[in-house]
Amino acid sequence: MSAVLNDETKKVLTTPLVNDNPITLQVLGICSALAVTSQMSTSLIMALALTLVTAFSSAAISAIRNHIPGSIRIIVQMTIIASLVIVVDQILKAFAYEVSKQLSVFVGLIITNCIVMGRAEGYAMKNPPLESFMDGIGNGLGYSLILIIVAFFRETLGSGKLLGYEVFKLAKDGGWYDPNGLMLLPPSAFFIIGLIIWAVRQWKPNQVEKVEYKIMSIAHGDGGHH
Amino acid sequence: MEAYISLFVKAVFIENLALSFFLGMCTFIAVSKKIATAMGLGVAVMVVQAITVPANNIVYHSLLKEDALSWMGITGVDLSFLALLSCIGMIAALVQILEMILDKFFPALYHALGVFLPLITVNCAILGGSLFMIERDYSFGESVTYGVGSGLGWALAITVMAGVREKLKYSDIPAGLQGLGITFITAGLMSLGFMAFSGIQL
Repeated sequence: MSAVLNDETKKVLTTPLVNDNPITLQVLGICSALAVTSQMSTSLIMALALTLVTAFSSAAISAIRNHIPGSIRIIVQMTIIASLVIVVDQILKAFAYEVSKQLSVFVGLIITNCIVMGRAEGYAMKNPPLESFMDGIGNGLGYSLILIIVAFFRETLGSGKLLGYEVFKLAKDGGWYDPNGLMLLPPSAFFIIGLIIWAVRQWKPNQVEKVEYKIMSIAHGDGGHH
Repeated sequence: MEAYISLFVKAVFIENLALSFFLGMCTFIAVSKKIATAMGLGVAVMVVQAITVPANNIVYHSLLKEDALSWMGITGVDLSFLALLSCIGMIAALVQILEMILDKFFPALYHALGVFLPLITVNCAILGGSLFMIERDYSFGESVTYGVGSGLGWALAITVMAGVREKLKYSDIPAGLQGLGITFITAGLMSLGFMAFSGIQL
């Protein structure tokens, strides 16, 4: 195992977690990160599906990277990804029908998830299969991490449960917790991701974006001018 | 007729692709810095959406659906698992054709949209629209209405977002929230605004 996990592999596996997270820094794959996170169970399935698709599509594309003509590479990548997604979709329909109904179109949308395409185009086209596979797993894990954090807050605060088990006893069942309905609605996902980004950038200040317009203090008499 | 109008209003406001289904978020966040570019992309998405959703509808209903091949004398075949592949292929092909047609006959429009057209193939709002059409089993007429409506809704959302962000760059934002962070919070507030439409009974 130690031969497989050399330094390069370890690097591609761990940097996407915080230092180069696909969601908070590369701004990729946000759609599904927001849409499936109102429950932990759907988020876990989605995270797993995306990680596997990214890893296997990266490996497959990397294996044939020297044979793909440049002009049609997007179509080739798309076909490989779409075929893998169909497999995932069929497996989910066969073994986890309820979850696949809840995920509805979002399993299919893994095809256009920018993380998958981004890794195929940005990493797998230039690197050997094994590293590309690990890079896919790493980026999938970075995505999964954000999904799980968001789902944790949305499900516990929104319905007092986690994975269906009671965490806070609800007021209507004689407990003390009054669920925050907003957490189950779309806007809360935006707020939570926004706050996660703030937290990550507070921790890693080198990720902070440059200011376009420097705000001058009023004392310079320059308030409205730029 | 009334059913079509309510479907249209539903697609534009109540089930806005960007703000209540989070589709096309990557481009929504990345290309909403200026109103002019956002509007260009919005129009391009609307046009592509209005063409691809009905086109996928025809393909799905005449080739892929269970027993859809009966007109060829083949029964008992269900190819609906191929829907994902056929949808994305259809979208990629149509975007390519649209690009060529615009280049040949409407060069001005082509140059206005040029940069965004290839991007649209991987915009999840487009694929999402087609997949919703299949999931909800829309008829051809409904799919045209839904295509135009959902495209318009997306265009509306990104234009409004760009308007807000143009003003926002003059405000004093905490360092960590600068850029991406505040954009998410803003999108959340806009989505909260769009939630108000969900009270409308149609």
